[in-house]
Amino acid sequence: MSRRNMETPVSLNKSITQRLGGQNIVVLLIVIGLFAFFSAVSPNFRRYSTLLSILDYSYYITLIGIGVTFPLITGGVDLSIGTGLICYSLVGGYMVVYQGWPVWLGMIVCVLCGAIIGLLNGVLIGIMDLTPFLATLCTMMMTRGLGSIFSRGLGIPWPMVGSEGGWFRTIFKLNIGDVRLPLGFLWIVLLVILMSYILNHTKVGRYILAIGSNKEATRLSGVNVKLYTIIAYVISGVFAGLAAIAYSAIFASVYPGTGAGFELEGIGGAIIGGVSMTGGAGSIVGTLLGVFIICILKTGLPFIGLQANWQQIITGVVLITAVIVDLNRQNKGTKSITTARKKQ
Amino acid sequence: MGEIILTMKGIDKTFPGVHALDNVDFELYKGEVHALMGENGAGKSTLMKVLTGIYRKDKGTITYEGKLVEFTNPREAQQAGIVIVHQELNMLGHLTVAQNIFIGREYMKGVKIDDARMNVEASKLFKRLNIDIDPTEKMSNLTVGKQQMCEIAKAISHEAKIIVFDEPSAALTESEVDELFGIIRDLKEKDIGIIYITHRMDEIKIITDRVSVMRDGAYVGTLISEDSTKNDIISMMVGRIIYEEPKTKSTVAKDAPVVLKVENLNAGRSVQDINFELYKGEILGFSGLMGSGRTETARAIFGADPKESGNIYINGAKVEINNPEDAVKHGIGYLSEDRKRFGIVVRRTVSENSTMANLENFMKGIFIDKKKENTETEKYVESLAIKTPSVDQLVVDLSGGNQQKVVLTKWLVKNCDILIFDEPTRGIDVGAKSDIYKLMNELVKEGKSIIMISSELPEVLRMSDRVIVMCEGRKSGELRIEEATQEKIMHLATLDD
Repeated sequence: MSRRNMETPVSLNKSITQRLGGQNIVVLLIVIGLFAFFSAVSPNFRRYSTLLSILDYSYYITLIGIGVTFPLITGGVDLSIGTGLICYSLVGGYMVVYQGWPVWLGMIVCVLCGAIIGLLNGVLIGIMDLTPFLATLCTMMMTRGLGSIFSRGLGIPWPMVGSEGGWFRTIFKLNIGDVRLPLGFLWIVLLVILMSYILNHTKVGRYILAIGSNKEATRLSGVNVKLYTIIAYVISGVFAGLAAIAYSAIFASVYPGTGAGFELEGIGGAIIGGVSMTGGAGSIVGTLLGVFIICILKTGLPFIGLQANWQQIITGVVLITAVIVDLNRQNKGTKSITTARKKQ
Repeated sequence: MGEIILTMKGIDKTFPGVHALDNVDFELYKGEVHALMGENGAGKSTLMKVLTGIYRKDKGTITYEGKLVEFTNPREAQQAGIVIVHQELNMLGHLTVAQNIFIGREYMKGVKIDDARMNVEASKLFKRLNIDIDPTEKMSNLTVGKQQMCEIAKAISHEAKIIVFDEPSAALTESEVDELFGIIRDLKEKDIGIIYITHRMDEIKIITDRVSVMRDGAYVGTLISEDSTKNDIISMMVGRIIYEEPKTKSTVAKDAPVVLKVENLNAGRSVQDINFELYKGEILGFSGLMGSGRTETARAIFGADPKESGNIYINGAKVEINNPEDAVKHGIGYLSEDRKRFGIVVRRTVSENSTMANLENFMKGIFIDKKKENTETEKYVESLAIKTPSVDQLVVDLSGGNQQKVVLTKWLVKNCDILIFDEPTRGIDVGAKSDIYKLMNELVKEGKSIIMISSELPEVLRMSDRVIVMCEGRKSGELRIEEATQEKIMHLATLDD
């Protein structure tokens, strides 16, 4: 009997959903807390229009954040999503504005471009064994150049509301009479539900989580690790393509040479939201909330008189805090591994 | 012989569930080469880790140069003059030889590292040892043997009085071994005490003065090398009380068909020209010492590592196995010796780990049927008596034996016909061990076939229907269970040609 007792696991009844749930609730409380704080300090922040602009500027970051969550969970990273989204938007916009393609086709071009670059990343990393940092750094530079070539160095204005094809902007911002509706948020919520489901209830998600947790053990279980690594990067690319659409719809013009740094906001959001930098853990809802924290800081801090530079510093501090929290959690998790290892 | 430099007395060390060292005594003279022998897991490494401060002992005393000592970390031991030359070398390939030797205690010239001085000091060191290595050479350009000599030089530069060699000759060529022995004799002259862990019987007479044998965490005895025979040492190593009844007769049917045939398998130095057959319903034991190529053979068959040549037949038909995916498709399951690295996906749940190899059967369209997954896993949790609060538990929180059962579950869920068990009971407690033995016997009764790699001879003799012994990457013998004894296996495992 005493042997059985000895075998009782160290920490009881902590299922993975509970753990992730725990982190999500903390992040959600921070989101609410930040809202409350800015609202209390600044009367201007309390306006509906401020909420709308926070949402407007959050869509493309949220989308790349959701996408990059998948490579991050495999233990990799995707740096190409920031310049990528601008590139895809320029390519799609070029087709629409200069080649006369219908807007819907331009939108498909955006997503397709994203998928192609994602596939390239996936092949470089999954099959050619390049480190994710290096591979996606290269595609980051490539997409930046490619976008400039397509737009011949000029900004590309996707059709405005009212002109032909301008309807696509209402996908994200719908005006009914005087009421402005942040329709984009609805799509974000639906995508979050869809991707959460994929992450937690399909083979793709299951294997991506497993690869991030222990790639070699996953391979030795007979899983095609290369394929699922590629899929993770394709997902990231496709979401960069969707982000390109959101970006085109919110901003009047898209300029080549921009976009560097967006990826850091997406990755930062994912990590604040509980995605582990070493892979194996993360949730889409967490990423959504994490990106929100970054976006609220970005919009809110100017309202209390702090300029953009401060926003970056504070975001950095938040990020460090999130990583330290993650490390502590991991140490707790691996403690039992190391003690078990010492037995041998 | 000189005076005593080290006395370890009554050393006791317990890890949760394992009594690793049981009242062990050990003694070393100045200028003595003292071999430490024993099967894998006998406690040699643990004893050395206690000596050098990697582990803290529970009981016992260590007297070093007449004083009681207790090192709390390897650095303290090093400063006192006790160093280990590890089997796996801790070398920084991009740095030069001299930079490696003086790492952490560089000679400085103001804020600048004085590389010139370090090169001079390193040359002096090498001259003292009669080693011919250029201190400015990049470490990665040296052979394993030369790298090891650098490690030894590094040890000497710490003003070492005791050097522990952990299987130093395992990775060396013959001429490198000769060179190594030359250096060891030199160190002897300088009155340095040497503890020499080895598996090679033939080296005992050549280089050592005395040999101490450990078995199951306990000290068995010490012999004068010159007066001892290989047989003496082997019987000390294996002469444990056998509390597990060995199998006396194969339980495989006379007309059982061959399910797996391996022909001329080659994969690097560790797998050379391996041939064998596995019959339906058989447990085929793979015995041999650590590094004899058993795991490498298993991994090559399973497609985990690339093979150079060789054919694999399953049920008489030739199959191509280039990666684990192929192997799993052909109904082969592999339970790795290193559970943490290769077996379990630690931060995922019990049920996720259990269905990892066979998720196809748990799909509802494109979605995973969690209910079915959990029900199936619960069945195994019950039948294998896996101690877990629920199937949603992360495997990292389970004990070693239960983690092992989860890996087993993975291959049972997949319903593999051929199972390769690599050290299936390593590091798990007695209760879980007998559970796993029982399960293995049930599996072969159902008509599955098992290759069992094990370093524990009693385990091999208790479970196997037939035993293949490997030595230095080759199959050195095959024994029917009726004729196999611990002594015979040991002889085959330590062939000295």
